[in-house]
Amino acid sequence: MLAYALATGVIFGLYFALVGVGMNLVFGVMRIVNLAHGDFIMLGAFGAFWLFRGLGLPPPVVVVLCFATLFLAGLPLYYLLVPRLFRAREPEMLSLILFFGLSQVIEAVVAMLFGNNERSIPSRLLGGGPVPIMGQTVPFAWVYAGGVSLVMLAGVYVYLYRTRLGRQTRAIMAQREEAVAIGIDIHRISAIAFGVGSGLAAVAGVFAPFMLGSFTPSIGVSLDLTSFAVIVIGSLGNPLGTLLGGLIFGVSLMLMRTYLSSFADLLPNLVLIGVLLVKPTGLLGRRVRNA
Amino acid sequence: MHRLFLRDIGTVVLPLAVLFAVLPYFYDNGLLLLNFVVFLVLAQGLNLTYGFSGYLPFGYVGFFGAGAYGFSMMMTLASAPPLLAVLGGGVAALLVGLLLTPLLRLQGAYFGLASLAASEALLHLIGNPSLQDLTGGPYGVRLNTPYAPQSTYVLAIVILVLTMGLVAWLRHSRFGLQLQAARDNSLAASMAGIDIVFGRLVVWLASAVAAGLIGAVFAWRASTFFPDAVFDINFSIFAIVFTLFGGAGTLLGPVLGVMLLYGLYNAIGVSAPQYFQLGFGLLIVVLVLFFPEGLAAIPRRWARHG
Repeated sequence: MLAYALATGVIFGLYFALVGVGMNLVFGVMRIVNLAHGDFIMLGAFGAFWLFRGLGLPPPVVVVLCFATLFLAGLPLYYLLVPRLFRAREPEMLSLILFFGLSQVIEAVVAMLFGNNERSIPSRLLGGGPVPIMGQTVPFAWVYAGGVSLVMLAGVYVYLYRTRLGRQTRAIMAQREEAVAIGIDIHRISAIAFGVGSGLAAVAGVFAPFMLGSFTPSIGVSLDLTSFAVIVIGSLGNPLGTLLGGLIFGVSLMLMRTYLSSFADLLPNLVLIGVLLVKPTGLLGRRVRNA
Repeated sequence: MHRLFLRDIGTVVLPLAVLFAVLPYFYDNGLLLLNFVVFLVLAQGLNLTYGFSGYLPFGYVGFFGAGAYGFSMMMTLASAPPLLAVLGGGVAALLVGLLLTPLLRLQGAYFGLASLAASEALLHLIGNPSLQDLTGGPYGVRLNTPYAPQSTYVLAIVILVLTMGLVAWLRHSRFGLQLQAARDNSLAASMAGIDIVFGRLVVWLASAVAAGLIGAVFAWRASTFFPDAVFDINFSIFAIVFTLFGGAGTLLGPVLGVMLLYGLYNAIGVSAPQYFQLGFGLLIVVLVLFFPEGLAAIPRRWARHG
């Protein structure tokens, strides 16, 4: 039982890392909290519902299409909102409200167009039988989602640490002003990071119906809190720390569900508050506070 | 008493209280009037902490819910008289506020989201099936309080006057000016010998108590409610947007915000919630991008250019 909880915890941990990594990338580069992140995930879930369940496209194609769509939507969204936000007195605090407004708009439009019904996708549609793990079985869909998450996280690593674009992105994360001073085009790099973050959220959304159960247009806010908890554990602004945060979150969620199930809903909130109070910079963080 | 403080009381707080006191004679939807007062208190209560210390609690509704449950538990477990139970609601919110004071060490978005997580945690704790004997759990609360529309309405107005009185005092008193200095530049303020931590703590607890008291009044009037209803994050969001729309740190701004936006909500939000949500979302975006200091700053901006 314990071994099973740990194994499924790792699978879910990889998935939760994917859920959070886009929000963390955006925070790391722009120092803003994207509260529309959960709604991008919701859009990805709709993408899976139509493209995979409706049209029957193969899952890898659905993943690529959803990533590309949200990536391309993220670029104009960045130019529309973020540069202007930075002219305000407290961009970080106001970003919470601004992106909450955006999330309301997305939620309302989706609900108007497609209704508020709960939608789900049976996990057997992904194919494969139950996979035996530690004497019990897990749905093939979980293993599939865990695998895709790992691939996407590896992609983030390559993007950030093995390309010129990634080096410029990390320069902005480290020292915004100096990055400007050495001639990096801040807005171009940030817009790409925003697009990548949105695309990653959409990919997480493709697998949300399998990992998190049925979905509605209004699942965004709770996903925001989950994402924030995951990335705060790992450390805000460090995209790869998200992997550690996701694993810790996934394993402790599965342990709670196994041994103390009625309080499992409390977990993300308590973990978030606990980590913030004990080590606000996250487990891998540098010092960022200045008061 | 300071002259400007008395001017604020005389020109804003008392006329507003009188207006709401006579409105029931002309307009018979008492519940709607009460809801207006509830949101006025929440907006001004949030204004206490956001307007004067810069901390934006996304989980502000946690105090409202704590007040509602403090009230109902005083009624069901201790059979207290309703007035005493309303005070109990304030005390419950005060205790939650004290418990959460360590959050004030956090800054910016960290604080906002941590307070939201705290209010969600409180919701899951109170709504937990294993605490059903104590709180009613997920099945909600059914109170046998006497239905008293007039007393609850008058009580709400009294709480509103006290909250707005406090805002007016903070705008002009020495203590309030120190707080505003600390909000605008905490380093310079502490160099000048201002006790920043104490000031922030006072407004934080005061805003908690305001939400708790009005939450208790809300519970009295509703008498039957579910945990989701009194911990609904929309209370926080409405209070934040109303305050921001009018202008945080001002006395009249949050009042304007509530009157215009909550009025709009009742005009279209109830019959067409999705259109309201869309409009509300767009309004928030426009507000933050173009008027981050609210309506109250517009005349000031004109004066500067003119």
